[in-house]
Amino acid sequence: MTDAITRTSTDDEVARRRRIALVASKGTLDQAYPPLIMATTAASLGWEAGVYFTFYGLDIIHENRLQRLKVASLANPAGPIQLPNLLGALPGATAAATKIMKKWMSDARMPTVPEFIEMAQGLGVRFFACSTTMGVMGVEEDDLIKGCEIAGAAAFLDYAAEADVQLFV
Amino acid sequence: MTSQFAKVTDERVDVELDCSGLLCPLPVYQASLALGQLSPGQVLRLVTTDPGSLEDIPALARQTGSTVLAAERHEDHQLFWIEKGLRS
Repeated sequence: MTDAITRTSTDDEVARRRRIALVASKGTLDQAYPPLIMATTAASLGWEAGVYFTFYGLDIIHENRLQRLKVASLANPAGPIQLPNLLGALPGATAAATKIMKKWMSDARMPTVPEFIEMAQGLGVRFFACSTTMGVMGVEEDDLIKGCEIAGAAAFLDYAAEADVQLFV
Repeated sequence: MTSQFAKVTDERVDVELDCSGLLCPLPVYQASLALGQLSPGQVLRLVTTDPGSLEDIPALARQTGSTVLAAERHEDHQLFWIEKGLRS
């Protein structure tokens, strides 16, 4: 079965450089992927891309915590292990769910979160660290991975206002 | 099975990239990096197995000013011939 298509880009489709502004507000392993995948893809399309890491999402760019992101086994009916909440609360259940998710990703040859971060930064994706979250959670600039810009909500909105796509994860 | 059109375009291939077994966003990511190494008018031949790439690769071309000269859909893989555009 073979079919062929021909498509030509028009000038106005790519005349202005597009921009995506993402908010990453969750700090679980599963929720770290979507903003990083979107940002990496956007940058691959030649877009400007920026991610605002806020609240638990700040863990994704926290040098130590990003290595220990987990998948919730409790109150997560779509998670990798289908357990009643009573059992999901048992010691080791979160570790098991996390291990399964990592195996899914690795079997599918998907990059790890640190690898996606490297890919994104390599393509020039800007990482904004929420200054309020840093203050609330006692996170110092040195705790973050390299290349992050500390920004408040106004600075991010100023960036997002010029974006063609804005997504909150 | 290869179409006659594909044979014509194969003579123009400058770089080949095999993204078999890779899921979104990796085919787009790797194709974008490969196109970045090409000069305008050069052609990338891309193999993918992620069915999403049937839409993703034309989207990459549209967004970066390149052109999908031909695309073939086979039972377990897809082939694309992408000509690098003037921009990107």
